[in-house]
Amino acid sequence: MEIPRHWRLKKQRYSLIGEVCPHCDAKLFPPRDICPHCGNEARTEYQFSGKGEVYSFTTIFDAPAGFENTVPYTVALVKLEEGPVVTAQLTDLGDQPVQIGMPVEMVTRRLRQDGDERGVILYGYKFRPLLAHATA
Amino acid sequence: MTEVVIAGIGQVPVGEHYNASLRGLALDAIELALRDAGGLRPDILYVANMLAPVISGQAHLGALIADFGGLVGIEAATIEAGGASGGAALRMGYLAIKAGQANAALVVGVEKITDQLGAGSEASQMLNVDSDYEAVQGMTPISQAAMLMRRYQYEYNPPRAAFGGFARVAHANAVSNPHAMYRSALSAEAYDQASVVSDPLNMFDVAPAADGAAAVLLARRDLLPQATHPLVRISGSSQASGRLALHDREDILDLEPARVSVERACRQAAIRPGEVDLFELYDSSSILAVLSLEAAGFAPHGQGWRLAQDGQLGLDGLLPISTFGGLKARGNPGGATGLYQAVEAALQLRGEAGKNQVPDAHRALIQCLGGPAANAVTHVLERT
Repeated sequence: MEIPRHWRLKKQRYSLIGEVCPHCDAKLFPPRDICPHCGNEARTEYQFSGKGEVYSFTTIFDAPAGFENTVPYTVALVKLEEGPVVTAQLTDLGDQPVQIGMPVEMVTRRLRQDGDERGVILYGYKFRPLLAHATA
Repeated sequence: MTEVVIAGIGQVPVGEHYNASLRGLALDAIELALRDAGGLRPDILYVANMLAPVISGQAHLGALIADFGGLVGIEAATIEAGGASGGAALRMGYLAIKAGQANAALVVGVEKITDQLGAGSEASQMLNVDSDYEAVQGMTPISQAAMLMRRYQYEYNPPRAAFGGFARVAHANAVSNPHAMYRSALSAEAYDQASVVSDPLNMFDVAPAADGAAAVLLARRDLLPQATHPLVRISGSSQASGRLALHDREDILDLEPARVSVERACRQAAIRPGEVDLFELYDSSSILAVLSLEAAGFAPHGQGWRLAQDGQLGLDGLLPISTFGGLKARGNPGGATGLYQAVEAALQLRGEAGKNQVPDAHRALIQCLGGPAANAVTHVLERT
């Protein structure tokens, strides 16, 4: 597995660090260094709150390689409260039905595992239903 | 102005060809196209392919297919643009002739999906989504389409069964296509009862990935010897790209590259989209058929689903689509799909579509998409 590739994304995967545009104040995730809103350079790091709501979602029953052990799993487009939309799995759902507009928050979870016993275990962000105490 | 025409066409049946190789399938399609062109030889070969480096462990298809296609020595390269590879290669062939760099360009699309099965096959499809930010979360092209459909239902609230109309049109047309993968009609009941693949998408909302190869020989009109069949010319050609990942788009239900490429191709052909006699669209999922129709301007946003409700999209309808089964029932052989669309549209415009003939077809719109329109290639074809 491609360890350097995942290592270099650790700020994004573990801390949801994107960028803020110093010219138009747009928040960017994933980071892309050029602001898609005003076209100017945007390299200032910005840590997102991890709070957002479900914009769309689907539950996958035919898993691709690397995800066989988690099937079925639910992937969502999560609209962060700062503006950007992020693709992420939903977790800790229990019996709760997912709905568009449902408030969610970021947590760190195991994303996938390579096939063999020496394979890399990859961690990163997922989103769970916003906990009651967190809204206080 | 140089006029570019389709001098020859060839296609093999779409399906699961466990006995056939990548190079073998391509050769079959090439031989048919060259024979159809009456012996005209190409100066350039473009190979459209999406997944061979991963599925078959084979890159450098330009040299391979030229070598095993009896064309060794020719200028040859692979063209890849995800699911739009076939359309992109067709456009490259068109541009090569327009630019005066070739008198005849052979464009072959080939895909060999069944060299891998199951989870490995699903994983290869993930190559076309954003690897760092989508695939790592388990997102696949099918789940992208499911996200689009969920949001579409939320915003516009169409009846769930309405999406079945697109699969039923495709299957009805595939019955009489000997090159189609699924030559069976689909009932509304079977659609309603189909198992869920990635909700809300069910099995019949999704086109089957399959093996296949199709080829066209493009040529300068003025250099053609006496043609043995009616000629079809390319009167409009356009490609547009958009943001790769769904999450980076302003409005996921607006397939902007599809819209832009239709506008440009039609402007070049000096027509409005409504003046075409058929539309080979990219129905890799029923929701993409809906959104493609909306992007091309055949229906307002949120209304495209209505087109499948009253027979408008059938062979005798106002706007026939997927006239040989589309991706849904003819099958979706990845990088070859755009070439199947070109071959099928040429058959329609030549009046050689048999039971699938659209009455008096003289102009066709064909479009293939990479992902949910991260890339779109649109061509206008006309009978000369």
